[in-house]
Amino acid sequence: MAVRETNWLPDISPRFLRILQRNSQVLRRTWKVNFLPPVLEPVLYLLAFGAGLGLLVREISYQGKPVSYVAYIAPALIAINIMYNAFFENTFASYVRMYYQKTYDAIMATPLNLDEIITGEIVWGAVKSLIATILMMAVISFFRLLVYPQAILIVPLAFLGGLAFGSVAMCFTALVPQIEVFNFPIFLFITPMFLFSGTFFPLDTLPKWAQVLAQVLPLTHLVALVRALAMGKLQVQLLLSLLYLAVFSAATFFLAIKLMRRRLII
Amino acid sequence: MSEDLIFAKDLCKTYNGFKAVDGISLRMSRGECFGILGPNGAGKTTTVRMIYGFSPVSSGTLKVFGMDIQKHARLIKAKSGVCQQENNLDPDLTVFQNLVTFASYFDIPRVTARQRTTELLRFMQLEHKKKAKILELSGGMQRRLVIARALINKPELLILDEPTTGLDPQSRHQVWARLAELRAQGLGILLTTHYMEEAAHLCDRLVIMDHGRILVEGAPLDLIHQNVGANVIEIESPSESLLKFVKESNLDHEKLSHRLLIYTRDGETLFRKISDDLCDRGCSLRMATLEDVFLKLTGRELRD
Ligand SMILES: Nc1ncnc2c1ncn2[C@@H]1O[C@H](COP(=O)(O)OP(=O)(O)OP(=O)(O)O)[C@@H](O)[C@H]1O
Ligand SMILES: [Mg+2]
Repeated sequence: MAVRETNWLPDISPRFLRILQRNSQVLRRTWKVNFLPPVLEPVLYLLAFGAGLGLLVREISYQGKPVSYVAYIAPALIAINIMYNAFFENTFASYVRMYYQKTYDAIMATPLNLDEIITGEIVWGAVKSLIATILMMAVISFFRLLVYPQAILIVPLAFLGGLAFGSVAMCFTALVPQIEVFNFPIFLFITPMFLFSGTFFPLDTLPKWAQVLAQVLPLTHLVALVRALAMGKLQVQLLLSLLYLAVFSAATFFLAIKLMRRRLII
Repeated sequence: MSEDLIFAKDLCKTYNGFKAVDGISLRMSRGECFGILGPNGAGKTTTVRMIYGFSPVSSGTLKVFGMDIQKHARLIKAKSGVCQQENNLDPDLTVFQNLVTFASYFDIPRVTARQRTTELLRFMQLEHKKKAKILELSGGMQRRLVIARALINKPELLILDEPTTGLDPQSRHQVWARLAELRAQGLGILLTTHYMEEAAHLCDRLVIMDHGRILVEGAPLDLIHQNVGANVIEIESPSESLLKFVKESNLDHEKLSHRLLIYTRDGETLFRKISDDLCDRGCSLRMATLEDVFLKLTGRELRD
């Protein structure tokens, strides 16, 4: 571990899977509480927006064609759910394990190294996003708002999205001095994304500068991808969004490892 | 050289310019129980954290199992068992799961892990708590579980950072009995402690550290004999004439606020003389202990 300061590349063996095993063992006891939101939330949102706001908006234009408002927001709910699961797992839950439970300290005295612990935690966050997505898709399918077979691709996409939000979450976890400070990234990063990433209204209703800014936000790209897959309307330019998510994940993943080393290897 | 379990030379650890460990050298052989004693902040934890590859070495040489810790941390960790100063058991898991899960970090097959967990829980007398959550355990039980966990990979070197701090005498003696058993089986044990009794009881050799440096090294009895002699005479509220006598006879002594300590090799004769002529009450003779050595070398002022 000591040499790592001069070793820039992460040192990762398949041992990181042990972290997933550990976390899944815990989840087996708490899964009911954990996965209630992805099942209930879409029902609540679709009822509220479908029956409430939907009566005012009714239809919205997507790729030049009108779609119902619930069909428009259902994919956004999936994308937001992907973001939330990985982000909250790798902020609050990871921070508790790292700071309060000293779980990382204990594991660092075994053949696993810090890079593997962090990788395991991030991949675990992505797995949670993936499971939550499957549950949520099952519910949304009842409303006939997903076009199959294209929508199946949302499942692997959920994993990539989970990596993106989990990695960026892990960067915050490496930086915050105490758990309350997570309110800053939530208020300044997560909430604006929740509202302004083409989730509940199209981006082109925003002023030009805000549209440009929105392109930087990873959720914008995830929403675009999930929506296209959900409606079965794939376009070539979506590959750019996919590329953006992949690059964003890789960059924040490396940064998370670097920041975590700085925090914990002392 | 290859016989050394641990070999350290001029080992240093610096935190932002502050030298927590300041050039220590030590060697520990296989099958030996080696102690690191020192007051709060002496650098004990910092030293052992470097030894089990948790903390990078700032400068100096450190070899464990004859391998450089900087290059072979993973291998070294695979062969070591570590009980850190804080009880960092996994509160999300039960007692049994804690050990089985920890075994998985060492790539121990599941069947072996379960078997070994059962054995270790029995060894540490925790069988009845198998299904309990960590927070339901007393401090003593948690500590025993941490030690059991450190043994899950059948280590060749067991590193214990204050294994019995905060335990009641019963638990402490129980832990000592287990550790003595492990030592008898030939396991190398490195332990840090504040309890002189613990060190005297378990350690073949030990060092006393302060301010990141090693003050003395040796077997517990030798250290007592070399540094304070065989006996200590304690006198409460010593009289002027006694103080004068002590000074004139050039006796090795320490004057505290209301007490005088005289360190001597020839306790009985001197004690008879003092108690007959120079002191009418509050005067006692006792065997010198490691605690006398410790306090004499590290001083009596508080550290925190
Ligand atoms: N991460 C750190 N950053 C800065 N200083 C540190 C750090 N860890 C330890 N120190 C300092 O290094 C010195 C040695 O600490 P260490 O924890 O090794 O002492 P110790 O002998 O284990 O003490 P104790 O008996 O209280 O456990 C102390 O002065 C401590 O404040
Ligand atoms: Mg310590």
